[in-house]
Amino acid sequence: MSVNADKMVRVFERPRSLTDAQFSYCPGCHHGLVTRIVAQTIDELGIQDRTVIVAPVGCAVTMYEWFRCDGIQAAHGRACAVATGIKRVNPNLIVFTYQGDGDLAAIGTAESIHAANRGENITVVFINNQIYGMTGGQMAPTTLVGQRTTSCPDGRNAQLAGYPIRFAEMIAQLDAPVYVTRQALYDQKRIMAASRAIKKAFQCQVEGKGYSLVEVLTNCPTNWRMSPAQSNSHLMDEVVRAFPLGDLVDRD
Amino acid sequence: MAEAAICAGCRAYFGYPITPQNEILEYMAARMPAVGGAFVQAESEVAAINMCYGASAAGVRTMTSSSSPGISLKMEGISYLAAADLPCVIINVARGGPGLGNIAPAQGDYFQATKGGGHGDYRMIVLGPATIAEAIEIVMLAFDLADKYRVPVMVLSDGMLGQMMEPIKLAEPVDPGLLPAKPWALTGASGRRPNAVTSYAMDPRDLNRINTKRQTRYRQIEEKEVRYRETETSDATIVVVAYGTVARIARTTVKMARSQGIKLGLVQPITLWPFPYAPLRALSNQVNTIITVEMSAGQMVEDVRLAVCDRAETPFYGELGGLVPTPKDILREVQRNVS
Repeated sequence: MSVNADKMVRVFERPRSLTDAQFSYCPGCHHGLVTRIVAQTIDELGIQDRTVIVAPVGCAVTMYEWFRCDGIQAAHGRACAVATGIKRVNPNLIVFTYQGDGDLAAIGTAESIHAANRGENITVVFINNQIYGMTGGQMAPTTLVGQRTTSCPDGRNAQLAGYPIRFAEMIAQLDAPVYVTRQALYDQKRIMAASRAIKKAFQCQVEGKGYSLVEVLTNCPTNWRMSPAQSNSHLMDEVVRAFPLGDLVDRD
Repeated sequence: MAEAAICAGCRAYFGYPITPQNEILEYMAARMPAVGGAFVQAESEVAAINMCYGASAAGVRTMTSSSSPGISLKMEGISYLAAADLPCVIINVARGGPGLGNIAPAQGDYFQATKGGGHGDYRMIVLGPATIAEAIEIVMLAFDLADKYRVPVMVLSDGMLGQMMEPIKLAEPVDPGLLPAKPWALTGASGRRPNAVTSYAMDPRDLNRINTKRQTRYRQIEEKEVRYRETETSDATIVVVAYGTVARIARTTVKMARSQGIKLGLVQPITLWPFPYAPLRALSNQVNTIITVEMSAGQMVEDVRLAVCDRAETPFYGELGGLVPTPKDILREVQRNVS
C-alpha cells in the first residue's frame, strides 16, 4: 500500500510546550499522563510564554526540564508559598504547582491550606498516589487504612497513624477557592474528564478568578508492587471508595 | 529600615509577626501597596521566606524580617536561596535566646548568621548596623550586594535598634525599573530559552562544579566587600572589638578611657561575613590587648582570635540573656586589662 504523506492528517502529537527531554517516571505511572495533560492544556490556552512551573520535591522534581516554560524547584512542601511569591510580584504569569501527597498534604500542609485560603490566583495539581514514591514507598498521609508500605509493613493502622486525609474536601471548606475537584485516570473516560478539569483549573487562573485545585488519584505500580493494569483495578475498586471523585467547589 | 528598603527599590515583602520587629511588618503592610509592591502576612516564617524565594526568582527586590526564633525557621529557605543564587535581604532584629528566650536585645545569633545556620556549604553576607542612620545605609547596601553577587544578605540588628527612634536622612529613592536587568529571572519564556531556578543537581560532578563556581564568588566577596570602622586606633595600645549596639556603647567607652589617659581604640566590624580579619591582624602587631565585647557568651570572639592568633591577648567580656553592657561596664573590663 502506498501512502501519500500530503493527504495524512496529524491527529496526535507531542505537546508543543514540552521539550524533547524524557520524563523520568517509572513505566505505567500516571504521573506521565498528568504531566502530558498539563502540557496539552498550556498548548490549548496558548500560555507557554507566560507559564511558570513550580516543581516539587518528589518524582516530578525536574519537571521544569521537560517544559518549554520557565520553572523553579521548591523546597519540600513549600511550592504554594513559592507560587504565591511569584504570582504576587507578576500577576501576568500563569503559575502552577505540581505536588504529591507527601509534599502537599504532609510537610506542606500549612503552605497549601493558606495559599488556598488567601485565594491566590494559582493552579495546584495534586498527585494523590497514596505513597511516597521517590523515597521508596513509605506511608503517605493519603495511604489507605490497611495498605502496606515500607514504613507500615503490617498495613496502615488507623489507631496509630490515623486515616487517609481527604485534602480536596478540606480545601473545599474554605470560602476563597474557585474550583476544587478530584479526578482519576484509570480509564479513557476518566482521562478525558481529568483533562477537562485541568484545563478548567488553568482557565480560572487565566481569567483571574482565583485559586483552583485538581486532585488526581494516581497509581504507583513500582511501590504498590502491582502491574499497571492491576494498579488501575485497585484505583477503580478500592481507592475511589476512600476518595470520591467529582467537583467539590465550582464557583467558576 | 523598612522605608530604606522601599528607597532601595524593594517591591516585595513577606513576614510573620514576632517581637521585637513587628514595626517592619506593620509599616510594610501600609507602605508596600502604596508603592505598587507585594505584601503578604504569611502563615509562618517558613512560608514567608519561601514567598521571598518565589518573588526574588521573578526578578523583584525582595525582603523579609524576623527575630531570632523566626530566623531559625527561615534557615531552610535561606539555604535554598543561597543554593539557587537568589538575592534577598533578611533583617534579624535579634533577641534573647536560645529557645523562646526573651524580647530583649542580644547577639547570640552571630554563629547562625555567619557560619551557616542552614544546611550545606553556603555563605550569606552579614551586615551589623550600630545606629539607625547606619541601618538605613546598610539596608540600601544590602540590596545592592544581594543583586551584585546573587546571594542572600542578612542585616543582623538587635532588639535595641528595633525599639529606638532617631532622626535620619533617607537617600534618594531608587526606581526599580532602572535597576540592572536580571536575565535569569522567571518572567515567562517569551522569545528566549526557558529559565530555571533550582538548587537540584543529582550528579555529584554537576553539583561539585556549581558549588565550586559559587565559592569563587564568595572569595570575591571576601576580597572586595569587607567593611569596618576604626575609632582612635592609630595610637591605641588596647582595642575593643564590638559590633552593632555594643559598638555604639563602646564609642562612649573610648571617650571615657581617653579622658583617663588610656589609649583605647575601637574596631567595629560592619561586615560580619566577610569578617575583617586583615585589619585586626595588623592591629595585633601594634597593641597588647584586643578585648571582644558581645551580648553573647562569646561568638564573634572566635573570629577575632582567628585574626589575632597569639600576637596579642584576646580577652572576652559578654552579657547574656538580654542584658546590655553600659559604657562603664566595658571601661571596667578595659581597666582590668590595662593594669
